[in-house]
Amino acid sequence: MEFLSYLISGISLGSVYAIIALGYTMVYGIAKMLNFAHGDVIMVGGYVSFYATSALSSSLLGPDASMGAVAAGKIISILLAVLVCTVLGIIIERLAYKPLRSATSLAVLITAIGVSYFLQNAAQLLFGTAPKSFTPVVQNQLSLFGGQLNISYVSLLTVIACIIIMLALTAFTSKSKLGKAMRACSEDKGAAQLMGINVNRTISMTFAIGSALAAVAGVLLCSFSPTLMPTTGSMPGIKAFTAAVFGGIGSIPGAFLGGILLGIIESMAKAYISTQLANAIVFAVLIVVLLVRPAGLLGKYVPEKV
Amino acid sequence: MKRLGTMKKASKANFATYLGVIIAFVVVSLLKSGGVLSSSLSGLLIPVCCYVVMALSLNLTVGVLGELSLGHAGFMSVGAFSGIVAAMSLQEAIPFAPLRLAVAMVVGALFAAVAGVIVGVPVLRLRGDYLAIVTLAFGEIIKDLLTCLLVGYDSNGLHILFNASGTLTVADLGMDETGVAIIKGAQGATGTVTIATFAAGFVLILVTLFIILNLVNSRSGRAVMAIRDNRIAAESVGINITKYKLMAFVLSAALAGAAGALYGLNYSNLAASKFNFNTSILVLVFVVLGGLGNMWGSIIAAVVLTILPEALREFADYRMLVYAIVLILVMLATNNDQLKNLLKKIIPVRKGGLGDGERV
Repeated sequence: MEFLSYLISGISLGSVYAIIALGYTMVYGIAKMLNFAHGDVIMVGGYVSFYATSALSSSLLGPDASMGAVAAGKIISILLAVLVCTVLGIIIERLAYKPLRSATSLAVLITAIGVSYFLQNAAQLLFGTAPKSFTPVVQNQLSLFGGQLNISYVSLLTVIACIIIMLALTAFTSKSKLGKAMRACSEDKGAAQLMGINVNRTISMTFAIGSALAAVAGVLLCSFSPTLMPTTGSMPGIKAFTAAVFGGIGSIPGAFLGGILLGIIESMAKAYISTQLANAIVFAVLIVVLLVRPAGLLGKYVPEKV
Repeated sequence: MKRLGTMKKASKANFATYLGVIIAFVVVSLLKSGGVLSSSLSGLLIPVCCYVVMALSLNLTVGVLGELSLGHAGFMSVGAFSGIVAAMSLQEAIPFAPLRLAVAMVVGALFAAVAGVIVGVPVLRLRGDYLAIVTLAFGEIIKDLLTCLLVGYDSNGLHILFNASGTLTVADLGMDETGVAIIKGAQGATGTVTIATFAAGFVLILVTLFIILNLVNSRSGRAVMAIRDNRIAAESVGINITKYKLMAFVLSAALAGAAGALYGLNYSNLAASKFNFNTSILVLVFVVLGGLGNMWGSIIAAVVLTILPEALREFADYRMLVYAIVLILVMLATNNDQLKNLLKKIIPVRKGGLGDGERV
């Protein structure tokens, strides 16, 4: 039963990683850049939701609001976070990454790091360094087997949200016109442009979708570990990136699988091996996987042609 | 004849580089003894030297070898901690501090080189972004392993424990009454006798420059750059890819280790968490801003960007924000085609440098 509860917490933590990794993988697949600022967009999403919730509950709803009103408030705060992060993603792309379309990938990487520093320090000035305690979007837990196994509703919500997002993204990229344009751009930008696809607009849309996912991930992440700081997003961001590589970067099912596996490995390592070494174990597994499968679990290996 | 001419040109440029560093050292030393430097600025001198060496060594991996490494701070931490252990345990054997510092730096370099081999053998099989993420992973693993390390020294020698469960303490080392704990797990190294000097940092920069510039102009260096420019072509003319890649990577790790030892012996307290992902990134920023393969650029970028946050002190809370904005603007400006063309018109392009910063 103990094992099962660790497994469930691993899967739900992994679902958060998977949602972040989906954003990473989409941006990487199209813009071929490691967007290090992605983790900090998560943090912004967390803060927006935090302030929206506290503003709504203090002014509009009051202490004795009905369940429905509180739920509506939560949903509004999440939507607001998604909206702010989407706009933020588009602005960052427009100001910092778009001028560097033809630059080397290293130049874009350093710019992304600059954006990441900027967001962290701006958050520090705006919101302060003191950690905020975030109220989870849903409280309470589900008790099974006479209280032996407790599953928090946040975990359930996270897993369900992750699966819905993954399925929606898969359908979007394979069926919709914009999704097809995205795949075409990731295959060959020049050819896509010749076919009449607006490459710049497609890349901007990808950033918008990635940032919206980051906002959702931010709310869910903060519901898990309810301390919110300007640096909250960076470590989960790095781990989600690891998850995306683990599953094969550029592949949507790969990001999902990588995220879930990473979450389970981390949770098991914490429970059975060592809390201090949990991160090291996660990274060691990544290295082993990449040595056996150099393109990740579900990645396509493209042999070099001479 | 032509070849002789180019060699002469290369060595001329190298002498200019050495001379520049020596002049900079003399000027800074004079300023320091004249009391012109503020105390916060003179406290930065040794870290600046360490970061310059870090940037130079990372430039060897990123600029000359052409592989992106995001875990360079890991080698620095290996060097720092092995250097601290060496310096602290040799206190009685070598009472002369500068010699002890030199031994510590050599030990740091050796341990970092060993780590470089362990990391390099699997990592260099991968390519591009995958290689980058694995170096990142190794950097984090090294940091986490060092966080679990307990080391003490007494009359019987060194005592080393690996504290994976997180329950062991210094008392478990089983030292006698003369024992001194050198590294205390998550707390890191405490009570280190600080023997690092600015002169040692200067010598380390010169040695690093000497090693890297000689390598770049040697047969091995040309092989390494051939691999960077076209791996398949290099392989087809019989260059042993693995050997030269590993050589450059391990050399880079060893130099980072020496810099780490100097850095570690400059602070009485130092935790392993100091050498995290952000430190690796910071050094990478120096290299990219200075220009890939351009050693002078790395030196200048490392010096300017280490002092910049200090110089921005008047902005107080805003200084890191300003730093971030400066970083973004510099990247946008240096990659702006119109600005580049304008510069090209003003300054004629010099050909035949190390990398031209356009690759990777």
